[in-house]
Amino acid sequence: MIGLSHYLIVSAIIFSIGLVGVLRRRNLLMLFFATEVMLNAVNIAFAAISHYYNDLTGQMFAFFIIAIAASEVAVGLGILIVLYKKHGSLDLDDLSSMRG
Amino acid sequence: MYEIVAFYLFSALTIGLFIITVMSKNVLYAMTSLASAMVLISGFFFILGADFLGVVQLIVYVGAIMALYSFAMMFFDATRDIKEKNTNNALVFLLGGMSALVLVLMFSAPIFSDSIQALYPMHEGAGNAQDVGIVLFTKYLVPFEVAALMLLVAMIAGIILAGKKMDQSLTEDMSADDEIMIVKDEK
Repeated sequence: MIGLSHYLIVSAIIFSIGLVGVLRRRNLLMLFFATEVMLNAVNIAFAAISHYYNDLTGQMFAFFIIAIAASEVAVGLGILIVLYKKHGSLDLDDLSSMRG
Repeated sequence: MYEIVAFYLFSALTIGLFIITVMSKNVLYAMTSLASAMVLISGFFFILGADFLGVVQLIVYVGAIMALYSFAMMFFDATRDIKEKNTNNALVFLLGGMSALVLVLMFSAPIFSDSIQALYPMHEGAGNAQDVGIVLFTKYLVPFEVAALMLLVAMIAGIILAGKKMDQSLTEDMSADDEIMIVKDEK
Protein backbone atom coordinates (compact mmCIF):
# COMPACT_ATOMS: atom_id res chain seq x y z
CA MET A 1 0.00 0.00 0.00
CA ILE A 2 1.20 3.49 -0.77
CA GLY A 3 1.90 5.45 2.39
CA LEU A 4 2.83 8.99 3.20
CA SER A 5 6.54 8.22 3.08
CA HIS A 6 6.28 7.14 -0.57
CA TYR A 7 4.91 10.52 -1.55
CA LEU A 8 7.46 12.34 0.59
CA ILE A 9 10.30 10.38 -1.04
CA VAL A 10 9.04 11.25 -4.53
CA SER A 11 8.69 14.86 -3.46
CA ALA A 12 12.23 14.88 -2.06
CA ILE A 13 13.62 13.39 -5.29
CA ILE A 14 11.85 15.99 -7.41
CA PHE A 15 12.98 18.75 -5.06
CA SER A 16 16.60 17.65 -5.33
CA ILE A 17 16.29 17.54 -9.14
CA GLY A 18 15.09 21.13 -9.04
CA LEU A 19 17.87 22.15 -6.67
CA VAL A 20 20.51 20.59 -8.94
CA GLY A 21 18.94 22.49 -11.82
CA VAL A 22 19.14 25.77 -9.91
CA LEU A 23 22.78 25.11 -9.09
CA ARG A 24 23.95 24.10 -12.53
CA ARG A 25 21.89 26.26 -14.89
CA ARG A 26 23.43 29.42 -16.31
CA ASN A 27 20.48 30.50 -18.45
CA LEU A 28 17.85 32.56 -16.64
CA LEU A 29 14.86 30.98 -18.38
CA MET A 30 16.10 27.50 -17.46
CA LEU A 31 16.63 28.74 -13.90
CA PHE A 32 12.94 29.66 -13.82
CA PHE A 33 12.02 26.16 -14.99
CA ALA A 34 14.08 24.67 -12.16
CA THR A 35 12.28 26.83 -9.58
CA GLU A 36 8.96 25.63 -10.99
CA VAL A 37 10.14 22.05 -10.46
CA MET A 38 10.91 22.82 -6.81
CA LEU A 39 7.54 24.48 -6.24
CA ASN A 40 5.76 21.47 -7.71
CA ALA A 41 7.68 19.11 -5.44
CA VAL A 42 6.52 21.07 -2.40
CA ASN A 43 2.93 20.99 -3.70
CA ILE A 44 3.03 17.18 -3.91
CA ALA A 45 4.27 16.96 -0.32
CA PHE A 46 1.53 19.33 0.89
CA ALA A 47 -1.23 17.41 -0.89
CA ALA A 48 0.06 14.06 0.44
CA ILE A 49 0.25 15.28 4.04
CA SER A 50 -3.19 16.82 3.68
CA HIS A 51 -4.57 13.48 2.50
CA TYR A 52 -2.93 11.28 5.12
CA TYR A 53 -3.77 13.55 8.07
CA ASN A 54 -7.32 14.29 6.85
CA ASP A 55 -6.54 17.97 7.08
CA LEU A 56 -7.34 20.65 4.53
CA THR A 57 -4.56 23.05 5.55
CA GLY A 58 -2.04 21.43 3.25
CA GLN A 59 -4.26 21.93 0.23
CA MET A 60 -4.84 25.55 1.20
CA PHE A 61 -1.11 26.20 1.30
CA ALA A 62 -0.73 24.46 -2.05
CA PHE A 63 -3.30 26.89 -3.51
CA PHE A 64 -1.37 29.86 -2.20
CA ILE A 65 1.87 28.40 -3.57
CA ILE A 66 0.24 28.13 -6.99
CA ALA A 67 -0.90 31.78 -6.76
CA ILE A 68 2.60 32.88 -5.74
CA ALA A 69 4.12 30.86 -8.60
CA ALA A 70 1.77 32.53 -11.08
CA SER A 71 2.69 36.04 -9.95
CA GLU A 72 6.38 35.11 -9.83
CA VAL A 73 6.21 34.00 -13.45
CA ALA A 74 4.39 37.17 -14.51
CA VAL A 75 6.92 39.51 -12.90
CA GLY A 76 9.94 37.33 -13.72
CA LEU A 77 9.14 37.06 -17.41
CA GLY A 78 8.71 40.82 -17.58
CA ILE A 79 12.16 41.23 -16.05
CA LEU A 80 13.57 38.64 -18.47
CA ILE A 81 12.20 40.56 -21.45
CA VAL A 82 13.73 43.81 -20.17
CA LEU A 83 17.07 42.05 -19.61
CA TYR A 84 16.97 40.53 -23.09
CA LYS A 85 16.29 43.94 -24.61
CA LYS A 86 19.21 45.41 -22.71
CA HIS A 87 21.85 42.68 -23.02
CA GLY A 88 20.75 40.48 -25.91
CA SER A 89 21.18 37.28 -23.93
CA LEU A 90 19.86 35.57 -20.82
CA ASP A 91 23.14 34.08 -19.70
CA LEU A 92 24.02 34.76 -16.08
CA ASP A 93 27.73 35.12 -16.86
CA ASP A 94 27.02 37.87 -19.40
CA LEU A 95 24.78 39.68 -16.95
CA SER A 96 27.27 39.94 -14.12
CA SER A 97 28.11 43.61 -14.37
CA MET A 98 29.29 44.05 -10.80
CA ARG A 99 32.56 42.19 -11.13
CA GLY A 100 34.94 43.19 -8.38
CA MET B 1 -3.83 -2.13 -6.71
CA TYR B 2 -4.93 0.58 -9.10
CA GLU B 3 -3.54 3.24 -6.79
CA ILE B 4 -0.15 1.50 -6.54
CA VAL B 5 0.23 1.16 -10.31
CA ALA B 6 -0.84 4.76 -10.84
CA PHE B 7 1.52 6.05 -8.17
CA TYR B 8 4.59 4.27 -9.53
CA LEU B 9 3.77 5.13 -13.13
CA PHE B 10 3.20 8.81 -12.35
CA SER B 11 6.27 9.10 -10.14
CA ALA B 12 8.60 7.44 -12.67
CA LEU B 13 7.29 9.57 -15.53
CA THR B 14 7.37 12.77 -13.50
CA ILE B 15 10.93 12.23 -12.30
CA GLY B 16 12.10 11.38 -15.82
CA LEU B 17 10.42 14.41 -17.35
CA PHE B 18 11.80 16.73 -14.69
CA ILE B 19 15.29 15.35 -15.29
CA ILE B 20 14.84 16.21 -18.97
CA THR B 21 13.68 19.70 -17.95
CA VAL B 22 16.76 20.28 -15.84
CA MET B 23 19.33 18.69 -18.16
CA SER B 24 18.11 19.59 -21.64
CA LYS B 25 20.02 22.14 -23.70
CA ASN B 26 17.01 23.11 -25.77
CA VAL B 27 14.42 25.49 -24.30
CA LEU B 28 11.61 23.94 -26.31
CA TYR B 29 12.30 20.41 -25.02
CA ALA B 30 12.66 21.67 -21.46
CA MET B 31 9.37 23.53 -21.59
CA THR B 32 7.44 20.68 -23.18
CA SER B 33 8.67 18.16 -20.64
CA LEU B 34 7.91 20.61 -17.80
CA ALA B 35 4.33 21.01 -19.06
CA SER B 36 3.74 17.27 -19.37
CA ALA B 37 5.25 16.63 -15.94
CA MET B 38 2.85 19.18 -14.49
CA VAL B 39 -0.08 17.34 -16.07
CA LEU B 40 1.17 14.15 -14.40
CA ILE B 41 1.50 15.94 -11.06
CA SER B 42 -2.18 16.83 -11.25
CA GLY B 43 -2.64 13.04 -11.53
CA PHE B 44 -0.96 12.75 -8.12
CA PHE B 45 -3.45 15.23 -6.74
CA PHE B 46 -6.37 13.26 -8.13
CA ILE B 47 -5.05 10.07 -6.52
CA LEU B 48 -4.72 11.89 -3.22
CA GLY B 49 -8.35 13.00 -3.30
CA ALA B 50 -7.52 16.67 -3.77
CA ASP B 51 -9.75 17.07 -6.81
CA PHE B 52 -10.00 20.84 -6.74
CA LEU B 53 -6.24 21.22 -6.34
CA GLY B 54 -5.70 18.95 -9.34
CA VAL B 55 -8.06 21.02 -11.49
CA VAL B 56 -6.37 24.24 -10.34
CA GLN B 57 -2.99 22.71 -11.16
CA LEU B 58 -4.21 21.89 -14.67
CA ILE B 59 -5.76 25.30 -15.28
CA VAL B 60 -3.18 27.56 -13.65
CA TYR B 61 0.08 25.69 -14.20
CA VAL B 62 -0.48 23.92 -17.48
CA GLY B 63 -2.89 26.47 -18.85
CA ALA B 64 -1.65 29.85 -17.68
CA ILE B 65 1.97 29.53 -16.62
CA MET B 66 3.10 27.35 -19.49
CA ALA B 67 1.24 29.58 -21.96
CA LEU B 68 3.07 32.54 -20.44
CA TYR B 69 6.38 30.74 -20.82
CA SER B 70 5.68 29.86 -24.42
CA PHE B 71 4.76 33.48 -25.16
CA ALA B 72 8.00 34.58 -23.56
CA MET B 73 9.88 32.00 -25.61
CA MET B 74 8.63 33.69 -28.76
CA PHE B 75 10.56 36.81 -27.70
CA PHE B 76 13.77 34.91 -27.18
CA ASP B 77 15.56 32.78 -29.71
CA ALA B 78 14.22 29.39 -28.71
CA THR B 79 15.44 27.14 -31.47
CA ARG B 80 19.10 27.73 -30.76
CA ASP B 81 20.78 25.43 -28.27
CA ILE B 82 21.82 27.08 -25.06
CA LYS B 83 25.54 27.28 -24.53
CA GLU B 84 26.27 27.01 -20.87
CA LYS B 85 29.63 27.08 -19.23
CA ASN B 86 29.23 24.35 -16.68
CA THR B 87 31.33 24.34 -13.61
CA ASN B 88 32.18 21.16 -11.78
CA ASN B 89 29.20 18.91 -12.43
CA ALA B 90 29.87 16.23 -9.82
CA LEU B 91 30.25 18.89 -7.14
CA VAL B 92 26.92 20.42 -8.15
CA PHE B 93 25.15 17.07 -7.97
CA LEU B 94 26.71 16.29 -4.60
CA LEU B 95 25.88 19.71 -3.13
CA GLY B 96 22.36 19.73 -4.56
CA GLY B 97 21.54 16.24 -3.37
CA MET B 98 22.99 16.75 0.08
CA SER B 99 21.32 20.08 0.75
CA ALA B 100 17.99 18.81 -0.56
CA LEU B 101 18.30 15.79 1.72
CA VAL B 102 19.06 17.99 4.72
CA LEU B 103 16.12 20.27 3.93
CA VAL B 104 13.73 17.35 3.54
CA LEU B 105 14.90 15.78 6.80
CA MET B 106 14.51 19.10 8.60
CA PHE B 107 11.00 19.70 7.37
CA SER B 108 9.73 16.14 7.62
CA ALA B 109 10.97 15.57 11.17
CA PRO B 110 7.87 17.10 12.81
CA ILE B 111 5.62 15.05 10.54
CA PHE B 112 6.88 11.74 11.84
CA SER B 113 6.47 12.75 15.44
CA ASP B 114 2.91 12.49 16.67
CA SER B 115 2.40 16.17 17.36
CA ILE B 116 0.25 16.90 14.31
CA GLN B 117 -3.47 17.33 14.73
CA ALA B 118 -5.94 18.15 12.01
CA LEU B 119 -6.92 21.81 12.28
CA TYR B 120 -9.56 21.78 9.56
CA PRO B 121 -10.62 18.17 9.08
CA MET B 122 -12.26 17.00 5.88
CA HIS B 123 -15.94 16.15 6.05
CA GLU B 124 -17.17 12.76 5.01
CA GLY B 125 -20.30 13.72 3.09
CA ALA B 126 -19.10 16.85 1.33
CA GLY B 127 -17.00 16.79 -1.79
CA ASN B 128 -13.49 18.16 -1.92
CA ALA B 129 -14.47 21.36 -3.75
CA GLN B 130 -17.15 22.19 -1.17
CA ASP B 131 -14.76 21.54 1.70
CA VAL B 132 -12.05 23.67 0.13
CA GLY B 133 -14.52 26.48 -0.52
CA ILE B 134 -15.80 26.50 3.06
CA VAL B 135 -12.30 26.59 4.59
CA LEU B 136 -10.93 29.04 2.02
CA PHE B 137 -13.71 31.57 2.53
CA THR B 138 -13.85 31.35 6.32
CA LYS B 139 -10.47 30.57 7.86
CA TYR B 140 -8.26 31.69 4.98
CA LEU B 141 -10.25 34.69 3.76
CA VAL B 142 -7.57 37.29 4.52
CA PRO B 143 -4.73 35.34 2.82
CA PHE B 144 -7.09 34.78 -0.12
CA GLU B 145 -7.69 38.53 -0.51
CA VAL B 146 -3.98 39.25 -0.08
CA ALA B 147 -3.22 36.70 -2.79
CA ALA B 148 -5.73 38.43 -5.07
CA LEU B 149 -4.02 41.78 -4.43
CA MET B 150 -0.62 40.17 -5.06
CA LEU B 151 -1.82 38.80 -8.41
CA LEU B 152 -3.10 42.28 -9.36
CA VAL B 153 0.27 43.82 -8.46
CA ALA B 154 2.07 41.10 -10.43
CA MET B 155 -0.16 41.72 -13.45
CA ILE B 156 0.53 45.46 -13.41
CA ALA B 157 4.25 44.82 -12.96
CA GLY B 158 4.29 42.36 -15.86
CA ILE B 159 2.46 44.76 -18.15
CA ILE B 160 4.73 47.67 -17.27
CA LEU B 161 7.96 45.66 -17.50
CA ALA B 162 7.15 43.89 -20.75
CA GLY B 163 5.10 46.63 -22.39
CA LYS B 164 7.80 49.27 -22.67
CA LYS B 165 9.16 49.75 -26.19
CA MET B 166 7.05 46.94 -27.58
CA ASP B 167 7.14 48.54 -31.04
CA GLN B 168 10.75 47.53 -31.67
CA SER B 169 11.65 43.95 -32.39
CA LEU B 170 13.81 41.98 -30.01
CA THR B 171 15.48 39.52 -32.32
CA GLU B 172 15.95 41.51 -35.50
CA ASP B 173 18.34 44.14 -34.27
CA MET B 174 21.85 44.71 -35.52
CA SER B 175 23.67 42.51 -33.03
CA ALA B 176 21.62 39.46 -33.99
CA ASP B 177 22.44 40.04 -37.65
CA ASP B 178 26.12 40.29 -36.79
CA GLU B 179 25.88 36.99 -34.93
CA ILE B 180 24.34 35.25 -37.92
CA MET B 181 27.08 36.66 -40.16
CA ILE B 182 29.76 35.36 -37.80
CA VAL B 183 28.20 31.91 -37.78
CA LYS B 184 28.09 31.89 -41.57
CA ASP B 185 31.73 32.94 -41.77
CA GLU B 186 32.77 30.13 -39.52
CA LYS B 187 31.12 27.61 -41.76
